Amino acid sequence: MQKWAHGLTAAILLVILLSGCGGGGENADEGISNSRLATVKDRGELICGVSGQLPGFSFVDEDGNYSGLDVAICRAISAALFDDAEAVEFRNLNAKERFTAVQSGEVDILSRNTTWTTSRDTSIGMEFAPIVFYDGQGIMVKKDSGITSLADLEGRSICVQTGTTTEQNLADQMRRRGINYTPLVFEDVNITFATYAQGRCEAVTADRSGLVSRRSALPSPNDHIILDQVLSKEPLAPAVANNDSAWFDVVQWNVFALIYAEELGITSENVAEMANRDSPKIARFLGKQGALGEGLNISNDFAARIIRHVGNYGEIYSRNLGSDTELNLPRGQNRLWNNGGLMYSPPFR
Amino acid sequence: MTTESPIPIWRDERFWRVAAQAIAVIITIAIVSLLLVNLDRNLQRLGIEFGFEFLGLRASFDIAETPIEYNPSSSYIRALMVGLINSLRVAIAGIVLTTIVGVTVGIARLSDNWLVRNLALVYVEILRNTPLLLQLLFWYFVIFLRGQQGLTQLPGSAYLSPSGLVLPWLQATPATGIWLVLLLGGIVIAAFLWRWRIRIRLEQGVPGRQLWWALGVIALAALIAALLTRSLPFVFDLPQFVGKNRIQGGLRLSLEFAALLMGLTLYTAAFIAEIVRAGIQSVPKGQWEAARSLGLKPGLVMRLVIFPQALRVIIPPLNSEYLNLWKNSSLAIAIGYPDVYFVASTTFNQTGKAVEVMLLLAITYLGISLIISLLMNLLNKTLTTGN
Repeated sequence: MQKWAHGLTAAILLVILLSGCGGGGENADEGISNSRLATVKDRGELICGVSGQLPGFSFVDEDGNYSGLDVAICRAISAALFDDAEAVEFRNLNAKERFTAVQSGEVDILSRNTTWTTSRDTSIGMEFAPIVFYDGQGIMVKKDSGITSLADLEGRSICVQTGTTTEQNLADQMRRRGINYTPLVFEDVNITFATYAQGRCEAVTADRSGLVSRRSALPSPNDHIILDQVLSKEPLAPAVANNDSAWFDVVQWNVFALIYAEELGITSENVAEMANRDSPKIARFLGKQGALGEGLNISNDFAARIIRHVGNYGEIYSRNLGSDTELNLPRGQNRLWNNGGLMYSPPFR
Repeated sequence: MTTESPIPIWRDERFWRVAAQAIAVIITIAIVSLLLVNLDRNLQRLGIEFGFEFLGLRASFDIAETPIEYNPSSSYIRALMVGLINSLRVAIAGIVLTTIVGVTVGIARLSDNWLVRNLALVYVEILRNTPLLLQLLFWYFVIFLRGQQGLTQLPGSAYLSPSGLVLPWLQATPATGIWLVLLLGGIVIAAFLWRWRIRIRLEQGVPGRQLWWALGVIALAALIAALLTRSLPFVFDLPQFVGKNRIQGGLRLSLEFAALLMGLTLYTAAFIAEIVRAGIQSVPKGQWEAARSLGLKPGLVMRLVIFPQALRVIIPPLNSEYLNLWKNSSLAIAIGYPDVYFVASTTFNQTGKAVEVMLLLAITYLGISLIISLLMNLLNKTLTTGN
């Protein structure tokens, strides 16, 4: 009896293990039906991972609406897919959670001031869309502290947020210059800046745009200065999960569409009028001619939809970060390529 | 029921006894293998490889408190070791302090003095009914970051300064080694004498005076040490105020460490106080009455009769509280103390090896927890068998 029961157990185990292997063996074949694109279309809504804590990039305003550059990227994709900039569900992610959220498929796209690096692109399994903001790491100090350069930070404490590239950059730069310092690392961005505001650290480091944005939220913004020295290159780009080229293409070309629209001078105001212009380039871009959308498995007039709902890159920039806003970030490297900047889109053909 | 009349298998109790266990095993294995297969598929889909080679790579990040040699060019495994030692530092100090505070408050809860009793009650109810994270942020931002505003002198020549909490401490001198060796020798001899005197007492029925013998030997050892070295074993190292916000000497704890230790100690002590109170109250009233009728003084009643019996009830739940303290120390990251969880999350962020790092962390926490449990079980065994 006992023996028989053992035999039964063993047999069932074997079956389970084999079926487990069988399940693992079936390989996801590349195609639109298996792509995240199909999932998003079926759902009728885009799930977008953002920071939610960074004015100008992603922030919740008094009315509970999300706004900012990172948010606008998600709205643009939603507009291209559903002709509706509001079909987005935003998820606030902290710096540490963000990649896991993409890997596990909890969010469709990560648009969260994320620096594009090799290891994130490879071993972390991300696929980065075009850069939407060229940034660099900076250091903010109190104006009356007398600190004017990195060398003045010898022996001081510097507040850093964990889960960011800044932690490593800081260590590299300070070591290269032989400056001793104490890093104080926090998980929560609010606590990082609160500790700095309390005076526990003499300096706080983050992306320069982030510092500007955070400074505007400090008790007295004018008491703080950002040092001129830039520690690193921080190209910020949206990311999706690896090995899903159909979905990646959609995200990539939607971002390019924003840049290309600015290059062609198409804005949310003149998009309807421009569509009727006698220019094959514009007609093809806006979907009046040709079938650019078909290759991406989305509507042919996706670019027109994006511009109608969220505007071109320049409009998004000036709405969220430009001189009309509290942040007042000069465009610098984020100007178009033909204007002395780095923003460049391949042709839509 | 006879052996000749076979009963159907589904009505055989013996079959079901085995089958129920087999089914439980199968379900468990099925769930675990499903999770593993799922993980494997997801890692494959994303093109991520599983492996621990990254541990030998350069860590390239700084850690604020490094009890062992570390710099950004050290490896990840070294960084994780630094984190582990930092974690253990706060956990060991926390366990010692929380036991002292907890037992004191627990006994105070049963005090005859109305004020003491109710102060202890208020302490317990406030600290165990608010989240630990909130308490940590409170200690850090409201209490310890006060140090930023300048120097605060605390009672007992301790200082709260911008560079940390400075406490008076014992400092080792060249004589310390000689003192330690002689005192240890004295203690070992004392232990043997203790046993011998107890045997004498039991066998010959004369007073053993084992305490006097033991203390005598230790005192003798101390006397020899004092004569040999002509100095005290330690120098009392008092923090010295040396001009503008600067302090010299003493034991310096970082504000983060101090806030974390304070938070963990006081929070866990509230639970331990309740365990101690429950343990004491679990001893039957008759034991008190019997001890008093023998003419023992109240202090001796507690020490000789009640507390040893209460310990049997106290030790097992006390073990859980120590484990809680150890695991709660991972909240350090909220207030910037570089414990093992913090180092692991930076490692995970820089290498992207989420599964491996989480696995390592789980094993680390589990390992230390099991060691704590083992020690507590040994203690429990020793106390309950009376050895």
